Amino acid sequence: MVTQVAVAAGADTEAALVAEIRVALPEHGLGHDLRAVNIVWRRELIRFRTDRLRAITSLIQPFLFLFVLGTGLSSLARRGMPAGVDFKTFIYPGVLAMSVLFTAVFSAGSIVWDREFGFLREMLVAPVRRASLVIGKCLGGATIATFQGIVFLALAWFAHVPYNAVLLLTLIGELLLLSFTLTAFGLMMAARIKQFQSFMALTQMLVMPLFFLSGALYPLNGLPAWLSALTRIDPLTYIVGPMRHAVFGYLKLPAPDLQQLAPGITWGSWVVPVGVSLGIVAVMGLVMMVIAIAEFRKTE
Amino acid sequence: MEATQASTGSGAGDQLLPAVISVSKLTKRYEDAEAVRGIDFEVMRGETFGFLGPNGAGKTTTIKILCTLASATSGSAKVAGHDTRTEQDEVRRNIGLVFQDTTLDTYLTAEQNLRFHAALYAVPKAVIAPRTHQVLDMVGLWDRKDNLVSTFSGGMQRRLEIARGLLHAPHVLFLDEPTVGLDPQTRSSIWNYINDLKGREDITIFLTTHYMDEAENCDRIAIIDHGRIVAIDTPEALKASVAKDRVQIQTADDAAAIAALADSFGIEAAVHDGAVTFSVTSGEEFVPRLFAELTVPIRSVSVSRPSLDDVFMSYTGSTIRDAEASVTDVMRQRAARWRGGRR
Repeated sequence: MVTQVAVAAGADTEAALVAEIRVALPEHGLGHDLRAVNIVWRRELIRFRTDRLRAITSLIQPFLFLFVLGTGLSSLARRGMPAGVDFKTFIYPGVLAMSVLFTAVFSAGSIVWDREFGFLREMLVAPVRRASLVIGKCLGGATIATFQGIVFLALAWFAHVPYNAVLLLTLIGELLLLSFTLTAFGLMMAARIKQFQSFMALTQMLVMPLFFLSGALYPLNGLPAWLSALTRIDPLTYIVGPMRHAVFGYLKLPAPDLQQLAPGITWGSWVVPVGVSLGIVAVMGLVMMVIAIAEFRKTE
Repeated sequence: MEATQASTGSGAGDQLLPAVISVSKLTKRYEDAEAVRGIDFEVMRGETFGFLGPNGAGKTTTIKILCTLASATSGSAKVAGHDTRTEQDEVRRNIGLVFQDTTLDTYLTAEQNLRFHAALYAVPKAVIAPRTHQVLDMVGLWDRKDNLVSTFSGGMQRRLEIARGLLHAPHVLFLDEPTVGLDPQTRSSIWNYINDLKGREDITIFLTTHYMDEAENCDRIAIIDHGRIVAIDTPEALKASVAKDRVQIQTADDAAAIAALADSFGIEAAVHDGAVTFSVTSGEEFVPRLFAELTVPIRSVSVSRPSLDDVFMSYTGSTIRDAEASVTDVMRQRAARWRGGRR
């Protein structure tokens, strides 16, 4: 006798077909892990797409910094700026970094939300590596934050930054790296925090100092020693530096002006090359992701 | 009821496992309390096995250990032949879970939730669509598959969770308080789905409940109290073990009747719900003697078999409601921990 399956009337063949369904789970393999990474990543995208309000609100802050603060301060800053260079152009790379900052960290924070509302348990009882879940989440956060950054990148013209294909691709690549590292940072925090409010409070507390110390709003040369030291230990510095380097590389400024505005990051007298700078950010992202994976591997 | 051999079942389905779950000397100690204090039991293939006890008795902790969400302090637990400590992935592949509070993503549609689940469990791509159709039909949600879960009522969400728990054709389905917080009508429909399952799938069901009437649906029940199993048997056998029937009589003079019962039969009676109530062995045979020998006129008589309430009372010394009241604090802590997911 065939198992009774309730399907729409008239769908006899379908009923017979359905009754024949055999669900045989394959042995664990890399393909399975990749599927898990993919589905976690896709869930982030679906959630982002359905939450337009979040996309809009997280662009408000960089918008204010660039157009209100940037315009307001430009008359004051004009004295110190080389002729023909707008203050908005100077802060644009830093504000661009800011545009992905909150989106990336809060996308990681959604795991705290998932914990509070139970969905995390659905993921944790699944027969997949914890690494797949964390990597999927990292890539998801990186993708949506980068997308957010690209929207802000479209405003480059207002800051007198040229739309050059190579420049744009360089900046997008750097935004992707930054977003990945920030999401990993957020996940590392989220692994230990049980309440969404605490997560918000803690990250707010950490994210703003990271931004202010990164040299996003001022050049890194000629700073007092204490501030100079703090900027060098801020991870964000190592991404804002290369981004500014990329932007000013396309502005055709005289060498002394370039040296003034985009001096590069120095350790003592050594100028950290762009590659090393980006490497530092990548390694930090990976280390934080590994810590997050280890945290999620623990059971009660 | 005619048993229908299920046509769905996964890889290891043909391999006969006498005990699908076997638990031995299991304990779980949290910093502040001992939630499970050395329990042993086995669940046979195809059984519906119920854990009956008040909140805070250790039911949820046990389920968490069986599902690899928590690790035992000592003792061992095997599910579908795999150790919950050393073969976590194997255990996870073989079980489906329905928790007492929702673990759905309410911002996704019903179908998106199932697709997420299918990918996490590596359900072969070719069977995802038909299997999704099958499980959604089973719980009557096929026509709602494209709706956001946030638009679903509590009962619909629970049904969707059951469908999702079955998607990967698990050997064991864990249901943690499957009907808590639902109205009576929805509760009974959830039970219809659960009972239907037995005919369709080769599946063993392990559930926890603190509802007596739900425990009646189980093939066997373990009564758990303060982290220990105090009784384990079929509902019928448990009720038979209490042996005494409950007799209630309405009389013209309750006080005189109670005194006469004590004098003539040595029975202790008390007034409950406006009737003189007492317990005797073989209630039906006692009634004729009662009429013959009791001097107080009797207006009506009722004899009832022991219920699971009486069983719970006789094994634990309190009703399940009393037990609930006394563990409210423990329950709160437990609930907070459960929400926490892990610590």
